[in-house]
Amino acid sequence: MDRTTILTELKKVLVPYTENKTMLDGITEETDLIKDLKINSANLVDIIIDAESQYNIEIDFDSAEKMYLIGNCIDIISDKLNQSA
Amino acid sequence: MYNNIIACLPYKSSFLFVDNVTALSDNGVTGEYTLKPDSFFYEDHFIGNPVTPGVIITEIMAQIGLVVFAIYLMTDDKIGTDVVMSKDSFPLLTSTEVSFFKMVLPGEKVTVSSEKEFFRFGKLKCKVEMHNEQAELVARGVFAGIVKNALINKQK
Repeated sequence: MDRTTILTELKKVLVPYTENKTMLDGITEETDLIKDLKINSANLVDIIIDAESQYNIEIDFDSAEKMYLIGNCIDIISDKLNQSA
Repeated sequence: MYNNIIACLPYKSSFLFVDNVTALSDNGVTGEYTLKPDSFFYEDHFIGNPVTPGVIITEIMAQIGLVVFAIYLMTDDKIGTDVVMSKDSFPLLTSTEVSFFKMVLPGEKVTVSSEKEFFRFGKLKCKVEMHNEQAELVARGVFAGIVKNALINKQK
């Protein structure tokens, strides 16, 4: 799965957690989940859990800690996908 | 039976809403509380007509359904969770979605039961129900919370 495909799937995961739908449509790798998308930090856990089932991967604590920019999320998801492939 | 956990709760007197913990497991918790007729909120809510405020019902559900349960999950090393209890840790409610079905009057005893949806990265999310002594559903909701300043055990 390439980065663009991961990003498209990731958008679907984020929909329920942000009010800022315009911002979500235009996200880039530099978009910050909390600062830009105004996602409640407590919901990052829910997003990680949803991403796990979306991509059929398992995200550990150390990886989860790094997931604050869209680009970081794609890095982690891509890593985990490669590990399981 | 499980009441030693009540001593770990960071509340006292007028804001401690747990009398008994009657069941505890990796999947859920059940506990009881009897509303004290001389509680501070009855004098003002409502004037001359004391009814337990929804926020207090919510707090009772959160203390039993999330806080008691989270302390159990974090301190029981069998479970292999992500975090362990620290002295300075305190619980924070992060979201609630509750429906209320019946009023609760002064002196009533309520039973709260909570079922785990997940406990990961220090966040606990549960389905929580409250019943009265007639076993009627009083309130039902989905609660989530985190524990602030919990020691994090990265070894897992």
